[in-house]
Amino acid sequence: MAVIRVVKPGLSSTVQDLGRPGYGYLGVSACGAADALALRAGNRLLGNDDDAAGIEMTLLGAAVVFDAATTVAFTGGEFAGEFRGAPLPWWQRLDVGAGERIDIGPSRTGARCYLCVRGGIAVPPLMGSRSTHVMSGLGGHAGRRLQADDVLPIGPAPRGAPFPAAIDRESVRLLYAPGPIRVTCGPQADSFVDDAWAQFTSEPFQVAEQSDRVGIRLTGPVLTRRDSREILSEGVSLGAIQVPLDGQPILLFVDHQTTGGYPKIANVCSADLHRVAQLRPRDAVRFTLVSFEAAERLRRESQTRVDALFTGGSGA
Amino acid sequence: MLPGMTESFPRAVPASDHSVLVEFGDSIGLDLHRRVHRFFLTMQRHADPFVRNLHPAYASVLVCFDPDAISHAGIAALIRARLECLDALELPPPRLVEIPVCYAPEFGPDLEFVAASHGVTTADVIRAHSTPEYRVYFLGFAPGFPYLHGLPPELATPRRASPRLRVAEGSVAIGGAVTGIYPVASPGGWNLIGRTPVRLFTPDTNPPVRLEIGDRVRFQAITRDAFDTSEHHA
Repeated sequence: MAVIRVVKPGLSSTVQDLGRPGYGYLGVSACGAADALALRAGNRLLGNDDDAAGIEMTLLGAAVVFDAATTVAFTGGEFAGEFRGAPLPWWQRLDVGAGERIDIGPSRTGARCYLCVRGGIAVPPLMGSRSTHVMSGLGGHAGRRLQADDVLPIGPAPRGAPFPAAIDRESVRLLYAPGPIRVTCGPQADSFVDDAWAQFTSEPFQVAEQSDRVGIRLTGPVLTRRDSREILSEGVSLGAIQVPLDGQPILLFVDHQTTGGYPKIANVCSADLHRVAQLRPRDAVRFTLVSFEAAERLRRESQTRVDALFTGGSGA
Repeated sequence: MLPGMTESFPRAVPASDHSVLVEFGDSIGLDLHRRVHRFFLTMQRHADPFVRNLHPAYASVLVCFDPDAISHAGIAALIRARLECLDALELPPPRLVEIPVCYAPEFGPDLEFVAASHGVTTADVIRAHSTPEYRVYFLGFAPGFPYLHGLPPELATPRRASPRLRVAEGSVAIGGAVTGIYPVASPGGWNLIGRTPVRLFTPDTNPPVRLEIGDRVRFQAITRDAFDTSEHHA
């Protein structure tokens, strides 16, 4: 079986697919690629199933060696790096020879990139997924972040022909365009004072250094609640924005715990989750409230643009 | 509030564009737990392809769905219909599971603190903790982590101000009025009073958890020798 050897692991690199849904009632986080759109795009370029596993890298990329000739694709945030003397190509296929090494450097745009390989990373699936959940030491490669000298198996090449050859960069740029993150009301939206809502939707927040796949910590105006009553622990949704007693919101992300006891003011729209994945520490972020009807429309529009990415169209 | 739902419980509130929070009340108790359990089982047995995750908790169940496959209005109608025939569902008789616990000081670094904060001896804490029968209200926080209800009120101890970065697998702990067991090593803020040699989370088996929602649980105090010679650690 062909393998990828990790020479340098980068800052926080893990094996991820589209996640491990269905076990929330057992306390198992759905996890999966932070930027699912980018992982799917990489897999489409290579003719893999959408759900094939790739390597997610964060802020600083890994150095890897391929023991056999294969085809790869880099998607997501763009990281520095060279291959055969030229800058690494993004959102397109790249043929790699046996024994060749690729060094992926620091991120230039966004926070996370994906190295997808034809056949996918074939670590054994656990509860239906190859995703790594670092906090509980589950899945992926040994349940942890990649380390130097790790060896990752590559699955058999799919029979389907890779399609498309490349992805239209202008469509990608539009999908990741800067701008406020759209949110809907959270289940405890009413327990915040009017001023808190005004601040939340008009003032910028900064992404704190201590942000990761579990939660993106935001610093900014203190969001005040009507009362300090604790709420009962309840299930939490991907993209929920919870507000602990200090009033500084935390956006619960892909590795979030299944239940929590802080009130949630809002929840990121599905259409904007891939943009959240690309937020870097110290980035400024703003939020805009939309209705549930608008969120549904945004998601359909976004889906049309994503479909256009994969069929070579210009999108609507 | 979804169309057709009233302010009273049970009610379904949209939590995001891909989830609905079904609330049965705003307190903790066996009756609410049973209603949560019934609704969870109903949803689980239907195995709707558009339901991605179910998160039962004290008094609510979060239903996460695939928004490409069903709308908020669609899932609200479905939830309403299932809530209407909820009382007809008979819960399976709860299992009684015995969990051996070694309350040795090396496994329970907060045993002294819990005893001191209630003005009793550590032996009193151990006796009080291993006497009652508990009930698994739900699993949450980490894979297989049971929220166990039935802790004697005199043992209720607030969570630590500063959580530990790593709590060992099998640690038995008190967090407020609840007791629980850390099935995998993880960060944690509860007071550690002992450790079980029983593995609560085994992802390669079916089911992957030793304790499930609705189970009755008893702790059985064991010696350090018994802990060391138990199957998992042999």
